[in-house]
Amino acid sequence: MTVVGNPAVTGVGRPMMGGRRISLTWVGAVPFLGYVAIFLFLPAAIIVAGAFASEGGLTLSNFANLSRPYIVSAIVGSVILSAVTAVAGAVLGALLTYAIATGNPRGTFRRVVTSACGVLAQFGGVTLAFAFIAAIGPASAVYIYLSQHHIDYYASGYWLYDLRGLEVIYLYFQIPLMVLVFLPAVDGIKPQWREATDSLGGSSWTYWRYVAGPLLAPAFLGSMLLLFANALSAYATAAALINQGGPILPLQISNAITSEVGLHEPGFAKAQAVVLILIVAIVSVLYAVLQRRTARWLQ
Amino acid sequence: MNWRYQIRGLGVAVATLLVLAACGSSGGGGAGACTTAKTATSASACGGMDSLVAAAKAEGKLNIIAVPRDWANYGAIIDGFTAKYGIPITSDNPTGSSQDEVNAVQQLGTSSRAPDVLDIGTSVTLANLTLYAPYKVATWTDIPDNQKEATGLWYQDYGGYMSIGYDSTKVPAVTSMQDLLGSAFKGKVALNGDPTKANAALNGVMMASLANGGTVDDISKGVDFFHQLKVKGNFVPVQATTATVKNGTTPVVFDWDYLSAQHGTDVPTWKVFVPANAILLDFYNQAVSKTAPHPAAARLWEEYLYSDEGQNLWLKGLARPVRMAAMQKSGKIDAAAASALPVASGTPIRLSADQATAAKAYLASHWAAAIS
Repeated sequence: MTVVGNPAVTGVGRPMMGGRRISLTWVGAVPFLGYVAIFLFLPAAIIVAGAFASEGGLTLSNFANLSRPYIVSAIVGSVILSAVTAVAGAVLGALLTYAIATGNPRGTFRRVVTSACGVLAQFGGVTLAFAFIAAIGPASAVYIYLSQHHIDYYASGYWLYDLRGLEVIYLYFQIPLMVLVFLPAVDGIKPQWREATDSLGGSSWTYWRYVAGPLLAPAFLGSMLLLFANALSAYATAAALINQGGPILPLQISNAITSEVGLHEPGFAKAQAVVLILIVAIVSVLYAVLQRRTARWLQ
Repeated sequence: MNWRYQIRGLGVAVATLLVLAACGSSGGGGAGACTTAKTATSASACGGMDSLVAAAKAEGKLNIIAVPRDWANYGAIIDGFTAKYGIPITSDNPTGSSQDEVNAVQQLGTSSRAPDVLDIGTSVTLANLTLYAPYKVATWTDIPDNQKEATGLWYQDYGGYMSIGYDSTKVPAVTSMQDLLGSAFKGKVALNGDPTKANAALNGVMMASLANGGTVDDISKGVDFFHQLKVKGNFVPVQATTATVKNGTTPVVFDWDYLSAQHGTDVPTWKVFVPANAILLDFYNQAVSKTAPHPAAARLWEEYLYSDEGQNLWLKGLARPVRMAAMQKSGKIDAAAASALPVASGTPIRLSADQATAAKAYLASHWAAAIS
């Protein structure tokens, strides 16, 4: 956009544009840019400004408070939860994707799995938490039946209601999301490459190690980073499931805003949100970098 | 303008009806309806009860927030108010916290969706004094002086004792706090919320502290107790609600006795126990929002809550209404409902604001570690 204000650069950098004419190609993007400005950058700016604001001045105390032990453990908890579900979701999702991609491209299996993934990737929140509570929670028919038959999967505690439960439940939308974002890359692998490897005397190992592996790695890592960001920002599922202790950062932010026992610290909540933004920003930059490499490979 | 002239000639009741039909929510202009409800500090300052009722009916609506129907019999109170005055009530975010109520007042401002009245815990009440409009109900003198703000900014409404409720078919009878550490209570003991967040849960931990040799200035014994519960696998990290009690996820619950006793309707074998050495009393508070979109209806709601009728409805919900002592003296109390209250022997203790603050600070830094 800034190119418009500097015709000399436009002329040199973009000979296609035809001299000094101002390009209007960006006009089509205005609604999108406006949307992003209002719903992404404005809230982010409000959060950052609020995190530094105190009554009548600036403060760093909200950020100093991030060193509180329970916040540190919530940050660690959030990162662990996101990392575990991203890695497990990426690996399991990639296996499923490979199964789909190598099958009949117009087959029922592919169509059923991809449309199911489209639905399940968005199936987070209260409904998902409730589904798990109703299906395998301590009051569920499954648990009551099994515990009467000496299979007590809560013998070591109600893991469903802490980080371990969240890890299981998040996979429920992480794996389908992985399939959705990874499938195009796997589809981009051409059978001819395999045939070429074979005709040049390469083994299956050679093919994966030197052809398909390097080709898919950026897409795989990029998808994994997307899953990481997805898990990091998820709130509703955890809020519906976890009532005690707030082991992840989104729950601590909620505590800081809604506590009725006087721990009301909106500025501190914003500082915690800034931490989330920073983590997601780092991850997004990595994702963009890897995305660019994928695009180069698959041209 | 003919219609306005005609109205003046009619009686108060008819006028009210016409105002309702003609002016809708812009009302308050008709004869007999109080026009200064927004600043009225009592019904008489508003031209008397009839005038307040007329103005409230002209407004035609009342917004309340964070009031569950199964909390202290609020369902019957809401229905009673609407039946008596014909004013429908919008009940927003029923399971919200006190802080949610205050946030709604601040964020919604004078919008027609903003809450008119608040029912909030003491620490949040004291932290937000600029948000309330002073108002004294007709029965103001019945409220003990230490349970109201002198100018009428806030006034306590109902309260109860912290208690342990349990399903007597699932666990043995509870006679002391230590019982809960036994193996019969494995995976069964729950709080009503996270104590760093919910007042009821904070008081639950405080009760555990008192019963284990702690003091109102020291909640650490309670946190230690819940840590032991967690280590023994007895603690259920689920917020106890009517649903979790009904489906058996939380057979033992730390909660206010008036909330706990109501589980008896779902679970007939539900019992409520108040430990003799740890009787913790707490009241909630009423306040009228300064920016209430329906100022007359808000004041009328307070009048209804503090009338004999409103107070007895709370009592039927097993909450102890603030005018209880005065009503026992005047004989207006619902004796049957009063005798149904859970019994407790000993001197009730109430946390001061400073003690609550100290408890919160301790919980904020120790609770998550204790139960994970």
